Amino acid sequence: MMLPVDIIAELGKIGGYLIFLLIGVGFGVSLELAGFGDSRRLAAQFYLKDMTVLKTMFTGILIACLLIFLSSGLGLLDFSQISVNQTFLWPGIVGGLIMGVGFIIGGYCPGTSLVATASFKVDGLFFLVGTIIGAGLFGESLPAFEDFWNSSFTDRFLVSDWLGWSIGATVFAVTIFALVMFYFAEKVEEFFKYRDTGKAWSWKITKRPYLYGAGILLAIAALVWSIGQPDPIRKWKIMEKKYSGQLTTRAIFIHPLEYVKTNNESTIKLITLDLRPNKDFETFHLKGSENVKLEELLNAEYVALLTQLPPQGVVVLIADNETVSIKAWQYLKVQGVVNLYILENGLHNWNNLFADKKIHEKTFNLASPPTEVLQLFPKNTYIPKIKIGSKKRSGGLCS
Amino acid sequence: MKKIPKKVKNPYFAGSILGVVLFAAFALTHGGLGASGAISRIQVALTKLVCTSHVDSVGTFAAMGAGNRNALDHPSIFLLIGTFAGGLISAWLNGRLKIEIFKGPKISNIQRLLFALLGGIIMGYGARFARGCTSGQALSGGAVLSLGSWAFMFSVFIGGYAVAYFVRRLWAD
Repeated sequence: MMLPVDIIAELGKIGGYLIFLLIGVGFGVSLELAGFGDSRRLAAQFYLKDMTVLKTMFTGILIACLLIFLSSGLGLLDFSQISVNQTFLWPGIVGGLIMGVGFIIGGYCPGTSLVATASFKVDGLFFLVGTIIGAGLFGESLPAFEDFWNSSFTDRFLVSDWLGWSIGATVFAVTIFALVMFYFAEKVEEFFKYRDTGKAWSWKITKRPYLYGAGILLAIAALVWSIGQPDPIRKWKIMEKKYSGQLTTRAIFIHPLEYVKTNNESTIKLITLDLRPNKDFETFHLKGSENVKLEELLNAEYVALLTQLPPQGVVVLIADNETVSIKAWQYLKVQGVVNLYILENGLHNWNNLFADKKIHEKTFNLASPPTEVLQLFPKNTYIPKIKIGSKKRSGGLCS
Repeated sequence: MKKIPKKVKNPYFAGSILGVVLFAAFALTHGGLGASGAISRIQVALTKLVCTSHVDSVGTFAAMGAGNRNALDHPSIFLLIGTFAGGLISAWLNGRLKIEIFKGPKISNIQRLLFALLGGIIMGYGARFARGCTSGQALSGGAVLSLGSWAFMFSVFIGGYAVAYFVRRLWAD
């Protein structure tokens, strides 16, 4: 089985919600075990006396990150199906600064105040009530700065994209970064502890078990880097079972008339990729289509434009022969492009289909037949195949 | 029976559990963990009780609970209930289930509660601004290497450290 699973689709709404509940229990337990139900411990982070927040948070991030990219590298998890928080860079930074202020004044963050309230801490309850009020105030005041709030947007923009590194190298760097931070966190804590007791402080690593732990994490990170993330060709081999049915049943091959219909629908953003040789493209191509080479579809930067289409985006592939279009479909499918279809037979019977057709006694541009042309064919000429799936898995549960 | 609170777990141990739970969340639900989204949904549901039409007129509220939509019919609410239950169970098992107010010794209980409320309001506002809280943005986005989440995470720490000095009376011994 390939992860991630869509638990609500698998188990139905009630079963799915139950799983969410159980995950929540795990979340609550881990926060409580770390001592995050106590505002004094959380606040102490900002006075450098107790680094529990930083240590727990980054351990959690690091462990989850290693597990995600290790299982993705091994072909157990399809990372393209994992929801990545969208980047709204500046609103995120401003919001973060505001939250930092709220954190030190109130002593909690939303998740920890929940745990504090659950363990009967009255200050946690007051904080939680405050967050509810604050969320309301935000909605009320948003119209004043909505443009800014929607600015500097990039969907699915990873640290690795920004650095121009591979995911493996980035994971390794994040691991080193976290370990260095842990080292300094330990040293700072020791500094304050020793200052009070008068013991001599040094840079030496004093806790041997931690050194072994760090070694293990580093080894896993190196493994993630050396395995690498599967390229689309390898990924198709892993995921063939999941998607090949759509090819054999021809569920994703669309009739030219359905193409015309979709192309004329104003609510749909249609992207047409023409994989034929350049000279054929120059001779004739559909209006708005784009000439690309098959290899280009292995280029992550190019494909990012296709995975970031709005939910009502549809991608249609055109090629001279099916070997090419199927290959292209496979490459894009495993990279997470949704609403992806192949034009049946490419453009081979395009001309035959439309050549003798006239609308109001007039011929029309073959490169972009108008929607009226559909009325010249019997209703059951083709079976509609395009289904606009709800593509966007919202960015986590915070939205 | 009076229980003596047990010592909290080693942060790396607690963090490892947190990491495994976070991975499970991604593997089973596509998305990570979160709390502030559910909190907004509760806010929308409460607003709706008081003034239904107002929910329809404010953009971010309408997205969650316009018309017949029940703002609380969402997986994040169940995650929130679970988090609450998890906190309760763990606090109970570890002898930390006790009505009390955590505060610095230099301020009164009333002061602490007012500042907790104020901090909560600021935090709730900021969490919507940043489209997620410490769990939804920093933890979940951080683990999948989202650039925005990393930028967000650093700015939370910067924001906290920047004003910590000025509010030190709240927490100082």
